[in-house]
Amino acid sequence: MTKTGFVLANLFRKKTRTILTLLSVIMAFLLFGLLQAVNVVFNAGADFVGATRLVTQARVSFTQSLPLRILPELEAVPGVDKVMYQQWFGGVIGENTQIFAFAVEPARIHAVYPEYIMPDAQWKAFADTRTGAIVGRLLANQYGWKVGDKLPLNSNIFPKKDGSKTWGFDIVGIFDGKDEQWQNQTNQVLINFDYFNEANQFGSGAAGIYVLKLANSDAAQQVADTIDAKYENSPDETKTQTEKDWSLGFVKQIGDIGLMVRWILFAVFFTLLLVVGNTMAQSMRERVPELAVLKTLGFSDGSVLGFVLAESIALCALGGLIGLSIATGLGIVIKKFAGAVMPLTVSGPVWVAGLIAIIVLSLAVGLLPALRAQRLKIVDALAGR
Amino acid sequence: MSNLISIRDLTKSYERGKQKVEVLHGLTLDIPKGDFVALMGPSGSGKTTLLNLIGGLDQPSSGEISIDGKRIDRFSSAELTRWRASNVGFVFQFYNLMPVLTAEGNVELPLLLTKLSAARRRENVAIALSVVGLAERAKHKPRELSGGQEQRVAIARAIVSDPTLLVCDEPTGDLDRKTADEILTLLQTLNREHGKTIVMVTHDPRAAEYAKRTLHLDKGQLAEQAAH
Ligand SMILES: Nc1ncnc2c1ncn2[C@@H]1O[C@H](COP(=O)(O)OP(=O)(O)OP(=O)(O)O)[C@@H](O)[C@H]1O
Ligand SMILES: [Mg+2]
Repeated sequence: MTKTGFVLANLFRKKTRTILTLLSVIMAFLLFGLLQAVNVVFNAGADFVGATRLVTQARVSFTQSLPLRILPELEAVPGVDKVMYQQWFGGVIGENTQIFAFAVEPARIHAVYPEYIMPDAQWKAFADTRTGAIVGRLLANQYGWKVGDKLPLNSNIFPKKDGSKTWGFDIVGIFDGKDEQWQNQTNQVLINFDYFNEANQFGSGAAGIYVLKLANSDAAQQVADTIDAKYENSPDETKTQTEKDWSLGFVKQIGDIGLMVRWILFAVFFTLLLVVGNTMAQSMRERVPELAVLKTLGFSDGSVLGFVLAESIALCALGGLIGLSIATGLGIVIKKFAGAVMPLTVSGPVWVAGLIAIIVLSLAVGLLPALRAQRLKIVDALAGR
Repeated sequence: MSNLISIRDLTKSYERGKQKVEVLHGLTLDIPKGDFVALMGPSGSGKTTLLNLIGGLDQPSSGEISIDGKRIDRFSSAELTRWRASNVGFVFQFYNLMPVLTAEGNVELPLLLTKLSAARRRENVAIALSVVGLAERAKHKPRELSGGQEQRVAIARAIVSDPTLLVCDEPTGDLDRKTADEILTLLQTLNREHGKTIVMVTHDPRAAEYAKRTLHLDKGQLAEQAAH
């Protein structure tokens, strides 16, 4: 027998109680892992995009379009290197499954977003095929789409000239991201703007947003000011911001996910604290004479404190590590089957936060009973006083 | 024979709220090495209190206690803890075994405080269990043992680190006559053949007869001494 063996034996003295408590710890950390990962997904847009790109949208709202004729004007602004534009297609497949789909000009997105990786032949095919579409890796994996497949994508906004909303495209390429964070962005379909613009009934010649690649990121503020000043008091007033700010603003439309996640986790961990704290306190009370015997045998006050604390750490660590592992596994499964909607990864930082939570929880539930055990007076405890 | 335990003018009082209650009033007592002393007296007379002081579980209010030449009344509580581990074995009325450990585990517990290797610990545990006649119950948990067997495990635990002194507080108080006799015979053997000095509190005059002599405690004072 070892001290560790003794601690574990004590932990499982009431198997049912310990297992139930363990389950609640596991559930809490499972939730913790998944919610933190969701949080990362929603904040990711902001952290990894550089400041080398600006987004110009209509000042009122990004749902308002801007005319195509301002394209050469934007290109002419000093400091602007390349410009692309995109229109929200309102993509749906099947009955009503929404898909992120944008109409873009192939050469322009290729130039402005070098982070998207695809063989040159496929870029060329995308440019050359009117009904061509390229699909992000995550989306392709989720639906099992391959190059050469028909893409049954329709629009819930734009009817074709013949009045039908049935579009249909040919998959000519599958694009990837250059690193993990960009891979998480490959949940979209891109279609040919020219085809879209000619074939749709509104034929408006308008773009939702313009994305401007700058020659030098230091000039970002200056370029943005120049553009917005230029269109002030025109029918097409603009709002230009860095891609990072734009993504953040976009996420805020959905609500402050981070705040929501924090509140949910706060509630979960508060409950957990009560549940585990109660288990620890109860198990300590039952054991007062045993703790006194340990001291009688010559275990110091400090080592008795250590035994109790070790038990609480073992309980929280066991449950926490199992919970985080399940979350990691679930994240992989979710990413595989629904990666386009939720590119979850329970990543290193989530684990670090989880480990910190384990330590804090262990101390919060273990310290008080441990201190009581430490202060226990042998003669009183033995006499049941 | 030289004295193992030497007590001078020992007093012990407890604070009860604002009131101070003196339980032992200036007690003086010598117990030679190798003695087996039964301590009797009415309930509340201070037997457990005295035993706890001798075993170093508590500290006196005044007076001297020296054991094997060491003034344990001057020890700090941390020093007492260390001293207990290697010098005293305890046996209680309700055995006080760890329910989650096997007999073997319970006996090994005090050895976790030593630097003995796992193999040496196992060896010592086996010896202690065979001395108390429970070698074949080593793997049993306390609830799978009878009261007498539990008390044997407790005695094995008390002797496993080979202390010179055993203190027993009503070790047969919860056992039937026959089992009590077996336990008392075991204590007698430990005293006679293994040289343990034993101080045993008991209410039972027949149990006291197993000791070499009996001390009577009444209202915190030693009344008479009877030798057997
Ligand atoms: N920690 C304490 N606080 C207050 N009073 C105490 C404490 N310990 C013992 N006493 C009191 O001291 C007196 C002697 O107690 P002790 O336990 O030594 O008696 P005892 O002779 O062992 O009795 P019994 O035969 O019932 O076990 C009792 O009146 C008891 O209430
Ligand atoms: Mg008593």
